[in-house]
Amino acid sequence: MADSSMFTVPQTIGHILCCKCGVPIVPNGANMCVTCLRSEVDITEGLKKHVIIMHCPECDSYFEPPRTWIKAQLESKELLKFCIGKLGDLTKKVRLVDASFVWTEPHSKRIKVKLTVQKEVLHGAILEQSYIVEYVQQDHMCESCTRIQANPDQWVAAVQLRQHVSHRRTFFYLEQLILKHGAASQAIKIKQVDEGIDFFFANRSHAMRFVDFVGKVSPLRNRHDKQLVSHDPKSNNYNYKYTFSAEICPICREDLICLPPKVAASLGNLGPIVICTKVTDRIALLDPFTLRHCFLSADQYWRVPFKSLFTSRQFVEYIVLDVEPVSNEVDFGGSKYKLADVQVARKSDFGRNDNIFYVRTHLGHLLNPGDYALGYDTYGANSNDMELDKYRGLTLPEAILVKKSYGEKREKKRGKARQWKLKSLDMEVDESKGRSDKDKIASEYEEFLRDLEENPELRFNISLYRNREYEPSEIASVTTGEDLPSVPLEELLADLDMSDEEDEENGMRD
Amino acid sequence: MATRLMFENSCEVGVFSKLTNAYCLVAIGGSESFYSTFEAELADHIPVVKTSIAGTRIVGRICAGNKNGLLLPHNTTDQELQHLRNSLPDQVVVQRVDERLSALGNCIACNDHVALTHTDLDRETEELIADVLGVEVFRQTIAGNILVGSYCTFSNRGGLVHPHTSIEDLDELSTLLQVPLVAGTVNRGSEVIAAGMVVNDWTAFCGADTTATELSVIESVFKLREAQPTAIVDEMRKSLIDSYV
Repeated sequence: MADSSMFTVPQTIGHILCCKCGVPIVPNGANMCVTCLRSEVDITEGLKKHVIIMHCPECDSYFEPPRTWIKAQLESKELLKFCIGKLGDLTKKVRLVDASFVWTEPHSKRIKVKLTVQKEVLHGAILEQSYIVEYVQQDHMCESCTRIQANPDQWVAAVQLRQHVSHRRTFFYLEQLILKHGAASQAIKIKQVDEGIDFFFANRSHAMRFVDFVGKVSPLRNRHDKQLVSHDPKSNNYNYKYTFSAEICPICREDLICLPPKVAASLGNLGPIVICTKVTDRIALLDPFTLRHCFLSADQYWRVPFKSLFTSRQFVEYIVLDVEPVSNEVDFGGSKYKLADVQVARKSDFGRNDNIFYVRTHLGHLLNPGDYALGYDTYGANSNDMELDKYRGLTLPEAILVKKSYGEKREKKRGKARQWKLKSLDMEVDESKGRSDKDKIASEYEEFLRDLEENPELRFNISLYRNREYEPSEIASVTTGEDLPSVPLEELLADLDMSDEEDEENGMRD
Repeated sequence: MATRLMFENSCEVGVFSKLTNAYCLVAIGGSESFYSTFEAELADHIPVVKTSIAGTRIVGRICAGNKNGLLLPHNTTDQELQHLRNSLPDQVVVQRVDERLSALGNCIACNDHVALTHTDLDRETEELIADVLGVEVFRQTIAGNILVGSYCTFSNRGGLVHPHTSIEDLDELSTLLQVPLVAGTVNRGSEVIAAGMVVNDWTAFCGADTTATELSVIESVFKLREAQPTAIVDEMRKSLIDSYV
């Protein structure tokens, strides 16, 4: 650039006297000192300095016309944003540079915000000025609080979740999933009933969101209805109560199923006897004799719904006498399977008689002679299934093994606390059932916890918390516990001390 | 002594009047108060002439002059020229200038010895200025503005320039003009100095908006407080008498 070769004189700006008060100043657009300029021009003229805002004392929220209530604490960012928004379109008149709260007594019902604005005055001089806006808080209960006050049990939408099976395993698992994802955070009441759970919401959209969530984690069939509660003929406002009826499919993990001929044909002639290996929003089915597998989506299932032949309650324990692998390992749905021919005997028969069964199983990768396995006793069972009758010429093997059992080792650990624990939803229980059910539910829960220990993929979606009361016992050095699958320490979340007071957190706010 | 006045509700006194040591030109206005203020102050010493130039009232900005001469733009009418020649003292040379930049008052700032001009002025005009006004001519800018006649005004005793003039520029100009200069404002912070006031060696007239601070600056830089008009005018007369003899 030619500039570097040119000789440029350094320019220093001198001082002139302010035309009003005579103090030496640097010349600016108005040629007045700042004080004189401020006394001349008030750039905050015409801006709102006093605003009235509505505040709901129950839920600590502020009214934003026409209909929303914004929840904000005193001296928070959201409140600042709300207050500035209330001043109208400031940017048309001045430029906002800074905004902050001035402390006021909380009970005074006054909020003060100090704003710093800039504006151009008098031939290009930019003047900056701070001023305070005062907001008067008027108390006015918001609609939802009024409704809750009037009738605390009032719900607008309800979701009735049902599964017509005799156990509650699915609901235990669902409970943990819901807790992890916080899907029931907007529920005003949760009620446990026979064969299901009812969730109550204050808003139809919350209920729909919940139904969508459950539909993503289990194969669901649902329908919805509404009932007119009140009608305002003048404004034509209709208030309804909405009900969603959702049914989870009765097929659970480890169930033995005989597929109806139509379904088997549509799945490519999958052998009518299948085991259900995993239930998410699709049902995973595995043919234990050929290691063929497939997925059944929720709509496919509900088009031709079928029931399972045997459920996990009907497990019988077998002792494995000999294992002969037949095929290589197959990977399906995250787990490996291997076909093997095994010699098994029922535990009840073992030592008493010579009943030995030669069966093919898919658990070749897990079983060794001397292991215990759980399976279905098709030899001794008398099944009354219509689907089975439809297949002519179908011979069932005498036993179908489903999973390995750690029964003996479990005996030793019975009664000892686990290193981890789970949280539970705040549910109302229907007290009309007798005491026997309580024991049944307790043993089912224990089985569910055992299931969690054995299956890492089940644990995937659930949060486990470290049990602070667990103390490793003195016999930990004994190797009995080693073969038992247990939850590794890394998977456990440190349970915050505040978590027990989660429900009271709202009340602790200052 | 500095006086504050207004021309028809405008504080831009320097637009409607031209003041030198030998004469004063005043625009024709609606009311006589403008003219009478000048008259009250100056009539004893120098002629105060009411005129229009080129049919306009902005006499201060389109003509340039000092005690030696007066330069008028090319569109001055013959009648105005004749009127001025008649009214002004004989030693003042009245000359019409053929110049593209016809607002001579905005382009030329002068006192009795030195003149600062617009950088784009014609060469002939420059020579004419040197000849008629009897001054040394310098082409300059004031605080980056080329209209030197608007943004500065100076007499034989001192000068006032645009407030944004840097200190180096101020020193340079002061050396050229050989008078003390100060950067300041007139008419409550207005930067157009020459439009807001007129000045000669013993008196000044400013717009009514001029604050007391500005007025004190003006009085101090132009050394108006101790100025005695008679002494200055007598000095001029003496030199005139000398030339006769």
